[in-house]
Amino acid sequence: MLLVLLASFIGSFGAVFLKSGSAKLRGGLRQILNYRLAAGVALYLLSTCFFVTAIRNGELTVLYPLVSLGYVWTMLWSRLFFKEPFTRYKFAGLSLILLGVWFIGMGNR
Amino acid sequence: MRYHGYFRSDFQPPLNDAPSTFVNPLQRTLTHRESIGLVFCCTLLGAAAQILMKIGAHNLPPGGPSAIAADPLVLLTNFALLGGLSLYGLFTLLLIFALRDGELSVIYPIIALNYVWVTILSLILFHETMNPFKAAGIGVIVLGVTILGRGGGR
Repeated sequence: MLLVLLASFIGSFGAVFLKSGSAKLRGGLRQILNYRLAAGVALYLLSTCFFVTAIRNGELTVLYPLVSLGYVWTMLWSRLFFKEPFTRYKFAGLSLILLGVWFIGMGNR
Repeated sequence: MRYHGYFRSDFQPPLNDAPSTFVNPLQRTLTHRESIGLVFCCTLLGAAAQILMKIGAHNLPPGGPSAIAADPLVLLTNFALLGGLSLYGLFTLLLIFALRDGELSVIYPIIALNYVWVTILSLILFHETMNPFKAAGIGVIVLGVTILGRGGGR
C-alpha cells in the first residue's frame, strides 16, 4: 500500500516535470530532448516499476483508488507550481473521476 | 424575422492574395479545445498500449525474468510488447504537447479515460464480464471528464 502511495506521488511529479519541460517546445522541436522532459519520463518509469511491484502482491480494490490519488497530488502541484486556479468544475470533475476509478477497482475484484 | 444569410450588404469576398492563415500547430499556441482533443487521443493510445502489453506479457515464456535473461531475443520478437511500448512513446509525446498549452490540473485527470477504454476493450477482447460496478465506474468517469473538460478552461 505504501508502495502505491509512493508510486502515485512520484508519478504526479513526473507530470509536473513534463509540463514544465513542455514549455521549452516553443523554441522548436529540437528542444524535445531537454532534461525536464527526461526527468518527467524517468519519474514515470520509476512510478510504474513501484506500481507493478505493488500490484503483484496486493488487493486491487484498495490499490486502484490509491493510484488515482495521483490526480489529487497533481491538482495541488498545478496550483502550487503553475498557479492554476482551483475551480468548482475541477473539484466536481476530479471527485467523480476518483469515484469512478474506485468503482472500476471494485468491479475488477 | 430578418434574414441574415448570404446577402448581407457588407459581405466581402475573400481576396485571392490574402495571406494564408494556416500556422504550424507545432509552433502556435493550441486552444483549450485542441489540447483536450490531444489528450483524448492520448487516452485511446494509452488503452491500446495497455492491451498490447497485456497480450505481449501473455506471450512471454514461462519462468519469469531468468527465462528472459537466458534468451533476450524473445523480447525483440514479441511484437505485441514492442508495439505496446512504442504506443506508450507516442502517448507521452502527445501528452507533452497537450500539457504545453493546457492546464495541468485539467489535462492530467482526463487520462483517467484510460480506465474506461481498457474496461470496454477487455470486455470485447478478453471476454471479461460486465458488472454493475464497472458500468457505474465508466459512467461516473465519463461524467467527471466531461465536467472537467467543459468547465476547466477559461
